[in-house]
Amino acid sequence: MSLPVGVLRFPGTNCDRDVFEALASQGARVEWLWHADRFDPKGYRALVLPGGFSYGDYLRSGALAARSPVMESAREAAVRGVPVLGICNGFQILCEAGLLPGVLIRNQGLRFIDDWMELNLVNSQPHFGRRMTAGIRTRLPIAHADGRYYIEEDGLKRLQDRGQIWWTFAKNPNGAVADIAGVMNEARNIAALMPHPERAMYEWMGGTDGAAFFDL
Amino acid sequence: MKIGVKVMPRKEVLDTQGRAVESTLRQAGRKLNACMVGRYVILDLPEIEKTAALAKAKEMAETVLHNPLIETFELEAL
Amino acid sequence: MKSEHAAKLKTYRLNESEYELIARLLGRPPRGVEWALFSALWSEHCSYKSSKVHLKKLFNKSSRVLESFGENAGVVDLGEGERVAFKIESHNHPSFIEPYQGAATGVGGILRDIFTMGARPIALADYLCFGEPSAPRMSPLVDGVVRGIGGYGNCVGVPTITGQTEFHESYSGNILVNAMAVGLFRPGEKIFLSKAKGPGNWVVYVGAKTGRDGVHGASMASESFEADSAAKRPTVQIGDPFYEKLLIESCLEVMKEDLVVAIQDMGAAGLTSSSFEMASKGGVGLSIHLDRVPLRDASMTPEDILLSESQERMLLVCEPRKFERIAAIFHRWGLDAVTIGEVTGKGL
Repeated sequence: MSLPVGVLRFPGTNCDRDVFEALASQGARVEWLWHADRFDPKGYRALVLPGGFSYGDYLRSGALAARSPVMESAREAAVRGVPVLGICNGFQILCEAGLLPGVLIRNQGLRFIDDWMELNLVNSQPHFGRRMTAGIRTRLPIAHADGRYYIEEDGLKRLQDRGQIWWTFAKNPNGAVADIAGVMNEARNIAALMPHPERAMYEWMGGTDGAAFFDL
Repeated sequence: MKIGVKVMPRKEVLDTQGRAVESTLRQAGRKLNACMVGRYVILDLPEIEKTAALAKAKEMAETVLHNPLIETFELEAL
Repeated sequence: MKSEHAAKLKTYRLNESEYELIARLLGRPPRGVEWALFSALWSEHCSYKSSKVHLKKLFNKSSRVLESFGENAGVVDLGEGERVAFKIESHNHPSFIEPYQGAATGVGGILRDIFTMGARPIALADYLCFGEPSAPRMSPLVDGVVRGIGGYGNCVGVPTITGQTEFHESYSGNILVNAMAVGLFRPGEKIFLSKAKGPGNWVVYVGAKTGRDGVHGASMASESFEADSAAKRPTVQIGDPFYEKLLIESCLEVMKEDLVVAIQDMGAAGLTSSSFEMASKGGVGLSIHLDRVPLRDASMTPEDILLSESQERMLLVCEPRKFERIAAIFHRWGLDAVTIGEVTGKGL
């Protein structure tokens, strides 16, 4: 019996139940990981940080959640190579926690964007969407006001040289540097993206390209 | 001349950001009485003389930078 | 004596016939904080005294209508065990004074009317009427209202999926901001009502601490809008969609464990309207200890506490033995949960 997948929940997280169901639908055993509690970093085969508005996006998006007790355990797990996926607010939290390079800032147009996006897979991800090969296109919805990825010049070069760019937007909606929609760490066990795969699981949602992300 | 405008929530008005940041700061046993979160705006004005610059900044603060129903502001010459 | 009386009526926005009715009901003239209580409860925003006669004409009887007038939201049976709760409410005056917070707290209030029934909010909608674009303040009003709806709705995690916006000169001095919320009961989920019951049961305050938000705000709607609304300053009610999200999850959790006898949100006229309405609907009395109310500002008077419109608060009634579990759930979500009173026999 394989280890469960842990889904982190912070005060204000609101895509948690959708992510839970997306994982369960792909056959995983799923458990909640509450923000205030530490957990055994050896106890989970993967961790997912869902989207939402943890702590209302107060101070900076993801800033307060990144400093939660659960993130100390998540850091320990990540260091051991446990796969970690961040979606939208989850991406913001991972950057604030220093587990991924760069930062997500206010969209260039200053407005919240709710739309479907075409994405290009730049470098394949061995854990989340493992069957997807570089060069393919996928279609997922975005819903964010602070989704503009920013990293300084040297950092961007490092990402490019080390194959850490995961997804780019075919048509950049928010001014993200190099059209980046998702990145990975060097070891490729931590990956995050702004679009919401859990919102593209069934035709009635508007698309099914998200299911592959949860096939772990 | 540069003028700094500090915009803070009024004392009696609920500071939603301050409340959330306070609770995170208190984690791990840190002690603090309160936390208030506001905005700091730096105005780089063409006025060279301090009184004139402060007067200009005051007008901007009053009409645009702060909402008198829920905020107060302070000016400082930088 | 006469002019003192007239001045008092003016302060509390009651007319002579309302005063006489109060004296008749109490068997004596009102005293102390009772003036403020009647002023708030009988204000337009709390009692809908002008609109009631028209609202009563609306169709509301059918085998599919499970809850209607008298409860916090309407509930309709969709069949197959699913039921939907929905309600629409205006927040015109607060939005005219402070458009962002007025619209935001309008959304917050309507959401609370939905999840207080036990339904998970799933959608928001708005019906907005603005005036001529060139009318004074109209541009910042439109901008503030739209940003407030988006800022609160997106953060609380309930999508704003539809609505209607109109522009007509008749709204130039009096915009309309109507917020609607829809909630879903899955099969097996219970509908919770607001009728306080069971002498000896505890009255529990949950949610955010009480501050000076909107003291006397409820009586505002009874006047027609005056020219200088910026001078009319009870403290502006600030909505916190983050706290509302915490309240949604914690309330739905205590309802899932069936720990609650009755529950209602604290909206217009705060603790006053929720406590009096819950008691009245249940035909019981409540004994409330104001000194137990969690406060943001220790200098608040009993009248301030009773009339505060601080947002993101609920009042519930529970059996004493269930309180510990209720408190544990609210505390886990970072919210206050305090017993502030008991249910008594038949009131006065």
